Amino acid sequence: MSETPWYNKGLFSSLNLRQKTLLTIGLTGLVLLVIFICGTLINANLPTDFSIKMQPPTFDHIFGTDWMGRDMFIRTIKGLSLSIMIGIGASIISSIIATILAFVASVNKFCDSVVSWLIDLFASIPHILLLMMISIALGKGAFGVIMAVAFSHWVNLTRVLRAEVLQINTSEYVALSKKFGKSKLWIAKEHILPLILSQIFVGTLLVFPHAIMHESSITFLGFGLSPHEPAIGIILSESMTYLAMGAWWLAFFPGLALLIVVLLFDIIGDNLKRLFDPSQANK
Amino acid sequence: MNLKANNITFSYSKKRQILKDVSLSINNNEIIGLIGDSGSGKSTLCKILSGYITNYTGEVTMDNKAIPDKDFYPVQLIYQHPEKTMNPKWKMEKVLNESWTPTQELKDTFGLKDTWLTRWPNELSGGELQRFSILRALNPKTKFIIADEISTMLDAVTQVQIWEALIKHCKANNIGILAVSHDEELLEVICDDILHFDEINNL
Ligand SMILES: Nc1ncnc2c1ncn2[C@@H]1O[C@H](COP(=O)(O)OP(=O)(O)OP(=O)(O)O)[C@@H](O)[C@H]1O
Ligand SMILES: [Mg+2]
Repeated sequence: MSETPWYNKGLFSSLNLRQKTLLTIGLTGLVLLVIFICGTLINANLPTDFSIKMQPPTFDHIFGTDWMGRDMFIRTIKGLSLSIMIGIGASIISSIIATILAFVASVNKFCDSVVSWLIDLFASIPHILLLMMISIALGKGAFGVIMAVAFSHWVNLTRVLRAEVLQINTSEYVALSKKFGKSKLWIAKEHILPLILSQIFVGTLLVFPHAIMHESSITFLGFGLSPHEPAIGIILSESMTYLAMGAWWLAFFPGLALLIVVLLFDIIGDNLKRLFDPSQANK
Repeated sequence: MNLKANNITFSYSKKRQILKDVSLSINNNEIIGLIGDSGSGKSTLCKILSGYITNYTGEVTMDNKAIPDKDFYPVQLIYQHPEKTMNPKWKMEKVLNESWTPTQELKDTFGLKDTWLTRWPNELSGGELQRFSILRALNPKTKFIIADEISTMLDAVTQVQIWEALIKHCKANNIGILAVSHDEELLEVICDDILHFDEINNL
């Protein structure tokens, strides 16, 4: 088991691999859930207190305070929960797109070539360009960002699902099902969907970290969420103004927190993949 | 009713022809045996008769009419590997009912146990699975059954039990059977007539 990732080593060595994987997923999920719930409970209009503005990290304000005296820890949690929400929306929509396209590709040769062409087209445009174009076209804001991320991240999952559906379609049980007089729609729903469900699920989770990173980066660049939103990208771009003045904590802690959240989602996705398909994950 | 194959010619690739001008005819009150060498093309012929392979030349007819492809196909194939014809993510109950819902009596004659219905396909033996695929093929709309080495994985006693049940049901419901097997003794017992594959294949 030399393939076991670092976070699975040592600490829980008495558990078997499956239990470790489940435990990792559970703990990571719990951390994210706590961040998310705390974030949604926080009022977006944080109290300002100019008497404590621009303070470096102290025990009262462990992430420091910003130029309006707002607690950076609370702002970061709020920002993260917004990121997670946008991540959820974007990953779900991109998986829906991927699933629909995979089924469309299975209808006939023509549909398949159309889907392949779409895949090639979207894969050839640089992500960040696509993101900015879609986000601007849809008027920025949360909706624009979710759509932008969703429409730039369906490609990989579509490739996987398309191949999978193709393979299932050539199986003997699908051939027999047709001889029983079942329609293509019935076969797609009853035979194929249950078989690709776990892949859709894992695919959704794997898009999550990308969604969060990209949301933050286009927001940071000014093509995403509006400056009034309490997003991490906004926090980071604001902090740029003060970085020269030595206010490193404004960027450091939110940035680090964002990386940790992304990493946590990555861990969940990886472990789920391991759980559903151990042979594949070890490659 | 009568299932007819007229001058069937087929090859998987240009290099090697498998079937040439094969003709045969089965009535719905008879059981025809088919015997032949391994790799000679018996299974291929079975797939053509039951509509799985369509790019052949020649014609397959039922009562001199083309067989409609849209609805339930009246010529049902049962073949050697039942596990491949079952969705691994389906419980056996769903697998069975995909075709129709057989009566309890019929399930009993084929020795199909109720406890099997709640299991997954990979939790049953080949012989147990084969009973399911036979029962699925006995849908009331079925007119002919193509049985391609369906009993090779069964022991002698079970083999007899299953064939007896199948023949009894088919005689009662006017279903014709084409039975493919390497077991000449078996065919001599159950069939009204035996065809030798190399004699009907004009290769
Ligand atoms: N899908 C396929 N593509 C290409 N060639 C095939 C395919 N299926 C079978 N063949 C070839 O066609 C020939 C006939 O195969 P078939 O399965 O019909 O033989 P068979 O008479 O049923 O043999 P057995 O008694 O061993 O079951 C074989 O040489 C086989 O290799
Ligand atoms: Mg064969």
